Amino acid sequence: MSIDKETVKKIASLSRIAITEAEADAFVPELNQILGWVEQLGEVDCSKVEPMTAVIPNKLRLREDVVTDGAIRDKILANAPVAEHGFFAVPKVIE
Amino acid sequence: MTESTYRIQGGTGEWEVVIGLEVHAQITSESKLFSGASTEFGAEPNTQVSLVDAAMPGMLPTLNAECVRQAVRTGLAIDAQINKYSRFDRKNYFYADLPQGYQISQLYHPIVGEGVIQISLDEKDPDAHGKVIGVERIHIEQDAGKLMHDQHPTMSYVDLNRCGVALMEIVSKPDMTSPKEAAAYVRKLRSILRYVGSCDGNMEQGSMRADVNVSVRKPGGELGTRTETKNVNSMRFIQAVIEYEAQRQVDVIEDGGTVVQETRLFDPDKGETRSMRSKEDAHDYRYFPDPDLLPLELEDDFIFDCKASLPELPDEKRARYKNVLGLSAYNAAVLTAEHETALWFEELLETTDEPEKIASSAANWVTSELFGALNRMGLSIENSPVSPAQAAELLGLVADGTISGKIAKQVFEIMLETGDGAKKIVEEQGLKQESDTGAIEKVIADVMAANEDKVAQYRDGKDKLFGFFVGQTMKAMQGKANPQVVNELLKKTLG
Repeated sequence: MSIDKETVKKIASLSRIAITEAEADAFVPELNQILGWVEQLGEVDCSKVEPMTAVIPNKLRLREDVVTDGAIRDKILANAPVAEHGFFAVPKVIE
Repeated sequence: MTESTYRIQGGTGEWEVVIGLEVHAQITSESKLFSGASTEFGAEPNTQVSLVDAAMPGMLPTLNAECVRQAVRTGLAIDAQINKYSRFDRKNYFYADLPQGYQISQLYHPIVGEGVIQISLDEKDPDAHGKVIGVERIHIEQDAGKLMHDQHPTMSYVDLNRCGVALMEIVSKPDMTSPKEAAAYVRKLRSILRYVGSCDGNMEQGSMRADVNVSVRKPGGELGTRTETKNVNSMRFIQAVIEYEAQRQVDVIEDGGTVVQETRLFDPDKGETRSMRSKEDAHDYRYFPDPDLLPLELEDDFIFDCKASLPELPDEKRARYKNVLGLSAYNAAVLTAEHETALWFEELLETTDEPEKIASSAANWVTSELFGALNRMGLSIENSPVSPAQAAELLGLVADGTISGKIAKQVFEIMLETGDGAKKIVEEQGLKQESDTGAIEKVIADVMAANEDKVAQYRDGKDKLFGFFVGQTMKAMQGKANPQVVNELLKKTLG
């Protein structure tokens, strides 16, 4: 698998990261090196190995359906650059 | 079924429409899918948000067991495969209503696999025009927050109360071929969800909404390119979207263009769909397994308990009403469409030891008198001013001949107004039906004496006058005479 400059720019845009042309150029070989390094794993045949989801034997724990949280609006909004009337206020996004 | 002939008439001939629906149904639960914040509708903005929902750093999701249970029960209700192993994936996109930057969903291993929903185009006789629509899968995912654009000239307001509320996404196969079929599918799905209790089906509050996938093709030809119109929140709009999109796509193709696979938005005011440019990367979600959550593994016992907890579902219930209780196809369909109606009706039947005996008359009464009254008052059956027990008392008085069907309507009106019981009203207002032959014979004698000429005409063969005598007798007795007894006695006396 190999990445070209267009792919780098697209990923940056999907991730909402602004990058310059020069940075895009620089990322192409860097990302390809990382991918090449990871691709070495493909040399091992693990088609008969269950994917490991946790390093210790562990099961997904579930919660009871009870209300235990909320009613902390001040904390929720504390870090918002702009909050008005109990809402987060963001630059207008409309279709 | 007749509707399979739904076609768009284009310049180059007929076009067939292929429809698939992705219905998002809010799972009924007290708290959110991965946090302990409340799901209650209509709270002050951002008061039902936990630090998990607001995606503060270091927060971890913990799955709500009830949401899992309800998804499994829903799957079982549509005879679907339950996947004992499922997983959660991250669906990545940036939008102001999604603080995490991703939605936790299930792409690769959904909790529920293939199932079926039986639909009908004829609500009055569902067996006559049935069709089976396949369900591809049901998966569990988080809802996003809500944006308000009309509160400020340059800002959008964000309320995260909905953020993290549990949804089921119920994905149909592209098995529908007309707007009516799509509406019938949503109606049936809603009915099942409400029976199961896994979603309240409230479309106005957004508890149920659909993404509508539409494509067109020449009849029997290859599938065309589809468009997806997002977040359509009423039965009527779903149909409007299909009609509009099908026609638009036919026009595009016949003008030499090609349909672009894209996400569209429905504008209810204009009745049209338009492209959502901001979502042009919409299918580039870069899904990957959520590392915060282990796989969800279900035990056989758990699935068995889910199955055991299901109520009698609409199709079974309808069949039983028809075959065991002997109701008409129409009554059986109408009484079972909504769970609340069926429960009310059954409570009424439970007042007697022999429900089969009163079932038909009770069904007729509920679908005509009760529904009529509720409609007039703008009430749902849960809020009926007359209880099933009170209705049973009224119907009992008709059954044993205490009052006539006509007087029963009058008594019912008084019940609605005063809340009094039928027996009390009949006693107090002296509405009891007169079945005593002696009393009725006496009135008949008076009527005949006063109308000797008509008696003679009747005896000369003018049969139509019989109705006149019935009317006169009833009138003289203020409508309280037992009509059957009046008929019999008149026939005897007039000879």
